[in-house]
Amino acid sequence: MTTAVTQTRTTDQRSVPQPPARDGSRLKVTRPAARVPQQKPSGKPDPTAHLGPQQIEQLGKELDAIREEILASRGASDAAYIRKVIKAQRTLEMSSRAVLLFSLFPPAWLLGTTGLTVAKILENMEIGHNVMHGQWDWMRDPKIHSQSWEWDHASPADMWKHSHNELHHTYTNVIGRDNDLGYGIMRVDEDQRWVPAYLGQPLYNFVNACLFEYGIAAYDLEIGKHLKGRKNKETFRRDGKKVLHKIRQQITKDYVVHPLLSGPSFLATLGANATANLVRNLWTHSVIMCGHFPEGVQTFAKSSIEGETRGEWYLRQMLGSANISGSKTMHLMTGNLSHQIEHHLFPDLPSNRYAEISPKVRDLMERYELRYVTGPLHRQVASAWKQVIMLSLPNGTWETAKSDPSGVAKRGAAAAAHYGAKTATRLLRRVAVRTV
Amino acid sequence: MTTPLVPADYLDLVSPLRAGADLRGRIVEVRMETRDAATLVIKPGRGWRGHRPGQYVRIGVDVDGVRNWRAYSLTCPTAAPDGCITVTVKAIPDGKVSHHLVREVTAGTMIMLDQAAGDFTLPHESPRKVLFFTAGSGITPVIGMLRNALEGMQDVVLHHSAPTAADVIFGAELRALAAQGRIRLIERHTATEGMVTVDDVAALVPDWEQRQTWACGPTGLLDAAEEHWGAKGIADQLHTERFRPTVLATGQGGTVTFARSGVTLESDGATPLLDAGENAGVLMPSGCRMGICFGCVVPLREGAVRDLRNGGITTAAPGDAVPIQTCVSAAAGTCDIDL
Repeated sequence: MTTAVTQTRTTDQRSVPQPPARDGSRLKVTRPAARVPQQKPSGKPDPTAHLGPQQIEQLGKELDAIREEILASRGASDAAYIRKVIKAQRTLEMSSRAVLLFSLFPPAWLLGTTGLTVAKILENMEIGHNVMHGQWDWMRDPKIHSQSWEWDHASPADMWKHSHNELHHTYTNVIGRDNDLGYGIMRVDEDQRWVPAYLGQPLYNFVNACLFEYGIAAYDLEIGKHLKGRKNKETFRRDGKKVLHKIRQQITKDYVVHPLLSGPSFLATLGANATANLVRNLWTHSVIMCGHFPEGVQTFAKSSIEGETRGEWYLRQMLGSANISGSKTMHLMTGNLSHQIEHHLFPDLPSNRYAEISPKVRDLMERYELRYVTGPLHRQVASAWKQVIMLSLPNGTWETAKSDPSGVAKRGAAAAAHYGAKTATRLLRRVAVRTV
Repeated sequence: MTTPLVPADYLDLVSPLRAGADLRGRIVEVRMETRDAATLVIKPGRGWRGHRPGQYVRIGVDVDGVRNWRAYSLTCPTAAPDGCITVTVKAIPDGKVSHHLVREVTAGTMIMLDQAAGDFTLPHESPRKVLFFTAGSGITPVIGMLRNALEGMQDVVLHHSAPTAADVIFGAELRALAAQGRIRLIERHTATEGMVTVDDVAALVPDWEQRQTWACGPTGLLDAAEEHWGAKGIADQLHTERFRPTVLATGQGGTVTFARSGVTLESDGATPLLDAGENAGVLMPSGCRMGICFGCVVPLREGAVRDLRNGGITTAAPGDAVPIQTCVSAAAGTCDIDL
């Protein structure tokens, strides 16, 4: 961070009106004189209220120092690590596909499907996600570079990089800016406004888990925005073509060419590919839910990020993410997203280094009296699902249900009447407009 | 079948040197020539198209995990029976890559290669009278010529400068050629005799004006030679090869050229190149504007930039295309950006 970065921005802004936020560097160092604790509609306390601006600046410096330490020691052994993982993944994938040519025999099916599933998970998580984050760009190897990488996934790399790296990582957990908060179809925080459509979100979440890669493709395509008419039609058509092309290639590989090559094992190989893709979808969906949805993860109001300093940005990343504890294998299979907190603080550091900085980050958060949300996979998945289920109902419904079941029924009836009336009014208005 | 990868991505794992692959080479031997120079024997991939004596090859080698490209003269016969090629590298002060190649690299290491290039070569029919005028590692392209085409040349003088006799790369081989009477070798040991001047050479080789001359060495020497030959009106008899020093003037800010957009601007050392480019109307790719999303990455063709987050310098030499994040990089010297 240099103070000079902001100074340069001021020169041009007198005469020409500039669009906010999009223009100029976001690397601000302006220090707010005093901090105003966030007021949330849900009444949840601001977990950063006890920190003053100097403390937050200090916290930012400590995190910068951790980053510098890794940058200074980044080298040949890290490069060897990613090359080893890529080599192992490709070898595993090809040998599993070879075994599946004989998938008519159950042991071959089982072995091949297991291998292919693991290979596909590694490809998306430890390799694809992290390479496309630019974690390995420093090697200057054009073959392992965020600008050239394409992954085994329905969503084309450049579209995913936009919605993930640019939007999600910049605006992490900011309600209304970060669409990863419930992917636009779910409510995963009390401070997201409830509408009746959320009643179905446990079901949406399950369907999304099964078809996760297609869900992501649809999400990256911003279908929701398109349906609301807020997306440029030309862009949507062009992007849509790209996605369909990618999906066609993926399907041809997994469900046509590979089964055909298997001859009499056609159906078994087709099933093996479908199984591998399904298991990968369920796995990645679970891991990613654990990143931002479990209980204890904080969200932020749109207004809170205006003029955000580097320290405040770090703070938001730490509080907006949750880790998964577990073995080395667990970390590898989650693409080190089990170190979600460290990943969100330093999205461009090589994933193999998150493990060594996590004790430092945890220590730092404890010193600043911030909660480091972590837990084993089963607990975090359960917690995230609990949030999805509980928040499908308006705030307070569950608490009331325990103490006052009849009250809930009354409130339900009142809500139904309220929304029923609203819908009826809207319909009537439409009819009225048409007839007039 | 292998989408989104291509079959080559899998074949590279088992056969990186096969025909049709990106051109690579495997180092099969590292031979020390002097205390700070080594010859690398490289088995090139099947796609290697050969070279002419005096040409160089660009080598991409990973140092501390980072790929660096450097050009080195080929010192081998053009058709070695084992199909290997050699380059000879002198470790220069602060030369990260040359030190790595001379001191660290081991047999078995894979490197990236380009096809041979360069026009510092002998004509098809070798001239009768030749003067080679070299200093330090400037001998490397010349040894390639001597090893390949000495037969065709009747009268060869080699004037070579090195700090001491022990520092003369290929010293034993050159002295043997001289002892056999096949070349006239003039060694200048600069540690005791001082730096050579063009006048010294003219005095030692009185018929220099009748010779075709190939000169390779430090920039100052070559400049002086060009002036000297030019003054006599025989500039066409002088052929030079410059090893451009990789010393870059890094400072605060500099002239930034967006070649394809046709925009040149002066930028200070604190303005992100993204802002500088946008303010000048260049259509810059952009994203998070804080260094995390890599949506703004463009290739730096030549020059130096400073990372505004930690002051780290990234440089690119001609022929490079080093990807840089424009939102957190400021000019740290003259920059040529491919945009």
